[in-house]
Amino acid sequence: MAKTLFDKVWDSHVVRQVQDGPDVFFIDRHFIHEVTSPVAFLGLESRGNSVVYPERTFATADHNTPTINQHLPVEDALSANQLNALEANAKKHGISHWGLGDVNNGIVHVVGPENGITLPGATIVCGDSHTSTHGAFGAIAFGIGTSEVEMVLSTQCIMQPKPKKMRINVNGKLGLGVTPKDVALYIIAKQTTSGATGYFVEYAGGVFEDMTMEGRMTVCNLSIEMGARGGMIAPDQKTYDYIAGRAQTPKGADWDKAMQYWETLYTEEGAEFDVEFNYDAADIEPMITYGTNPGMGIGVTKDIPTAENVKGGVETYKKSLGYMDFNEGDSMIGKKIDFVFLGSCTNGRIEDFRAFCSIVEGRKKADNVTAWLVPGSHKVVDQIKQEGLDKIITEAGFVLREPGCSACLAMNDDKIPAGKLSVSTSNRNFEGRQGPGSRTLLASPLVAAASAVEGVVTDPRTILNA
Amino acid sequence: MAYDKFEVLTSTAYPLPTENVDTDQIIPARFLKATERKDFDINFFRDWRYNADGTPKADFPLNQEKYAGSKILVGGRNFGSGSSREHAAWSVYDFGLRCVISSEFADIFKNNCLNVGVLPVQVSAAFADSLFAAIEADPNAQITVDLPKQTVTLDATGSSESFVINGYKKGNMLNGFDDIDYLKNIEGEISAFAETRPF
Repeated sequence: MAKTLFDKVWDSHVVRQVQDGPDVFFIDRHFIHEVTSPVAFLGLESRGNSVVYPERTFATADHNTPTINQHLPVEDALSANQLNALEANAKKHGISHWGLGDVNNGIVHVVGPENGITLPGATIVCGDSHTSTHGAFGAIAFGIGTSEVEMVLSTQCIMQPKPKKMRINVNGKLGLGVTPKDVALYIIAKQTTSGATGYFVEYAGGVFEDMTMEGRMTVCNLSIEMGARGGMIAPDQKTYDYIAGRAQTPKGADWDKAMQYWETLYTEEGAEFDVEFNYDAADIEPMITYGTNPGMGIGVTKDIPTAENVKGGVETYKKSLGYMDFNEGDSMIGKKIDFVFLGSCTNGRIEDFRAFCSIVEGRKKADNVTAWLVPGSHKVVDQIKQEGLDKIITEAGFVLREPGCSACLAMNDDKIPAGKLSVSTSNRNFEGRQGPGSRTLLASPLVAAASAVEGVVTDPRTILNA
Repeated sequence: MAYDKFEVLTSTAYPLPTENVDTDQIIPARFLKATERKDFDINFFRDWRYNADGTPKADFPLNQEKYAGSKILVGGRNFGSGSSREHAAWSVYDFGLRCVISSEFADIFKNNCLNVGVLPVQVSAAFADSLFAAIEADPNAQITVDLPKQTVTLDATGSSESFVINGYKKGNMLNGFDDIDYLKNIEGEISAFAETRPF
């Protein structure tokens, strides 16, 4: 029977199938960070277990870290405590650790691919739902809870029922100003925030084939926002070109052997999916969200839908708009904003900074806007400097901060104040996500940049066309 | 971490019909800074339970005396979406809840609940609506969740629906076991498998 890409990778990692239960699923690569791992280590130690394959786990500090003055001690005592726990646990159990200031440090889903840890055909988990990012390489990657982090540390396996399979095809050519983020927000708006619950998604079609690896990572990253366990894209020459020569990718004969395997990683003709969707690139415009979940997105030029025109309950919808202080039928264009956040595991890569700079170059940040530009890793910072983007950023009145998750989830001091409106390139617009009472509009780096210079929600095409 | 066994639970329930309740609401990120699992009930639904000045919001169901002490929460569709933080499931458990009923759960939250001893019970949208209506009519309405029989029943009317749980997870919940117990028992099989992995 013809197999899908997902079947091939999943089935080859099943140690055993439990009768009337989940699969015992082997994990090749495991990322840990300071927030969801400390309790797992406590559990491990209280049971008297050890880390069975320390070389398969990689620790990086990102969720809690400050994005200024990283060379100084972390001021927040609780954050410092978590960072110290991560370092101590890694050291004690022989796990590699990239702490604050390390050249390899950055957001876990940015540094994994950068260092060649993320490979096609691998299974990858982390106590973070955006682990789906790594699916861009043809890996099966998804977020897990802390109990499962402990399982991976102590057995290198978790127990998972195999998800159902969904394929999403997007064909055609993307228009001016339409980025991978817009493709993802468009798909999520179509699917709603829970439409893919229970599924693992394969993205296929010309739009994804044309995308860079950075773009594919953005798309796969957001799979969880429609409820999918993860999303993946078949590896191709772009994938191999990206990973070749990176620190931890196989070399020499090992590379040749791996390539033989990787070239088998595609969905065969006639393979069946439980459900399939087709979208046309021509229908996608720059997107923006207007509500309190990522499924509440519209083309930036569109008006906020009325309650009868959306799926789901009216009460929930009205509660959401009430929180945002928006009205049904409002235009998004022209809404005055207070903050712009460029960064996160969704849009904190070099391409996102290039896109942002393509708009702000030769322009100035609006006075009413506070902007936080947070690269996803030190390697991204280095690349920004190498390409001279830092000069464009500075001349336009912006400041480049140091890497971390930052205002995506606002665990550190980068909190949007209550009531303030933020255009954010991150992944979640939940109530209070960017700080208690904060209001978030999710968008691409282009929309964020255009809005940052105009001070109001702006269609980047008006600048790109000028 | 060990949890109490789950067999048959009869309790009143907190109603929370809002849809798409995400784990950032269940426990906001700023309360994830602990390095041990302790007292996560304190900030359970923090920003929906309390005003910015720390005073409780009187109209939020978790603050209402008429539901106090319930061991069941009936939530709106797509309960537990978003972040994988297991802290959300811990806070449910630490608050004294052993069961969440909804017409749809987000996958990771559901897994996390099963791993910490909270039973996620998925029912039809119509049955969930009937539970909300019953609780609205009578805050003392008793709901019985019978894990061995895999049924959830509104005691007053006897109206009942069955729910799905795989036999393995059911066994774990009934006995207070977890997956690590199982996995450590097949260590040899796992290490033999690991040998075959190319990277």
